[in-house]
Amino acid sequence: MSATTPDAAQPSFARLPLGLTLNGQERQLEILPWTTLLDLLREQLDLVGTKKGCDHGQCGACTVLLNGKRVNACLTLAVMCDGADLVTVEGLANGEELHPMQRAFIKHDAFQCGYCTPGQICSAVGLANEGRAQTSEQIREGMSGNLCRCGAYNNIRDAIEEALPACMQGVGQGGGQ
Amino acid sequence: MNPFHYSKPDSVQDAVHLAGPASRFIAGGTNLLDLMKENVTRPEHLIDITGLPLREVSETARGGLMIGALVSNADLAWHPLIEQRYPLLSQAILAGASPQLRNMASTGGNLLQRTRCYYFYDASVPCNKREPGSGCPARDGLNRIHAIFGASAQCVATHPSDMCVALAALEAVVHVQGRGGARSIEFADFHRLPGEAPERDNQLADDELITAIELPAAGFADCSHYLKIRDRASYAFALVSVAAALKVVGPIIREARLVLGGVAHKPWRDKAVESWLTGKAPSRETFTAAADTLLQNAEPLEHNAFKVKLARRAIVRALSDAAQGGQPDE
Repeated sequence: MSATTPDAAQPSFARLPLGLTLNGQERQLEILPWTTLLDLLREQLDLVGTKKGCDHGQCGACTVLLNGKRVNACLTLAVMCDGADLVTVEGLANGEELHPMQRAFIKHDAFQCGYCTPGQICSAVGLANEGRAQTSEQIREGMSGNLCRCGAYNNIRDAIEEALPACMQGVGQGGGQ
Repeated sequence: MNPFHYSKPDSVQDAVHLAGPASRFIAGGTNLLDLMKENVTRPEHLIDITGLPLREVSETARGGLMIGALVSNADLAWHPLIEQRYPLLSQAILAGASPQLRNMASTGGNLLQRTRCYYFYDASVPCNKREPGSGCPARDGLNRIHAIFGASAQCVATHPSDMCVALAALEAVVHVQGRGGARSIEFADFHRLPGEAPERDNQLADDELITAIELPAAGFADCSHYLKIRDRASYAFALVSVAAALKVVGPIIREARLVLGGVAHKPWRDKAVESWLTGKAPSRETFTAAADTLLQNAEPLEHNAFKVKLARRAIVRALSDAAQGGQPDE
């Protein structure tokens, strides 16, 4: 039982239908209204790449791409994602071929413990989709919603700076196999 | 989070008919869900308004813009017409929250953010805003981030929004709809000071929904600046922020707008100081005198007297930057 999921599953609260495209696959689910997108992914669908850090929208470890835009899954109600196109870190690679942002993170050693990494990578892909950041300074500001307690920030910035041009040319939408 | 019922109406009419004292509208959810996780807010019913047709930004007959309440903070900040005509608003929005939150948060919801006072957020301690009559531990407690203007014996909380500081400076109008019909509210009147009823942040009734924010034609695009001072360079609430906008003709200020954030229960606008600036030459001396006058009335608490000094410098810098065309004079 998650800390943010009430245990009072009272009979008057019916499960609600939820249809969405998750990493390229159509899914029909049933959920309780108070289930966050983060808890749905981790606890009902076993997609544990998306991490629960603060659970309050402060750390960015739960960042996913909702209709191409980066959002905090911890502050998103799953029921409100009906009809959405959702990509998590598990959906970025194209089969065995890693997403350019994933490759850049490995090349630049842009992590230490790795806990924030899925959120960092999804956020960086979202940053590329937005098409606003170009300079190193803009990348730093544009990634301010993702904390790294190991302090791998310089390597994270380097990885994003390298992968950004390729991602902004349209290969950064998230593959979804 | 407490269990709740969920509805998703298709029309504004249906939404306001579903609303009541125990319900909340939800759009971005970035503040509401957080408050629910902390048991600060326990609605019995969430009304999802994301299906309503309130996502347009359109030009008004009066030369301004009408912004639908569901336009996201990111889409608004980056809207070409906002960037061109209302750069003050763009700057203020981009100074707030994180990119993820700005993608989620709505224009209407930004106005309804609740204070980030530590005591309000901690359901295990008293708070007059959360539980009327229970007391205010902030007044004599850890009040570094609290108000220096307009507070009451009951509440010293500040309003957390950056966007609202710019909207106050731009004299936006809030359009709302309730069961009894639609009305519009001047931005200065929308939020309220805590007084004897700190539980009320604004003057919306339970059944009223924000449908749009209207910007008047005057955008002060040539001479405006939003300056935000915080504990770290990004992704933190303002200790003090300043929205400064000037209309300068020749060597003279013809119109001035000056609003502070992070210092009161609502964006803090001083019209007397704005009037005093009008007709003066834009200079450091003028701006310093304006700041001193505005801050004469500050009432700092034990731990936030630094905000008075900080606000003084921030006002001078923001006005100077605005006078120079909105570019920081680093």
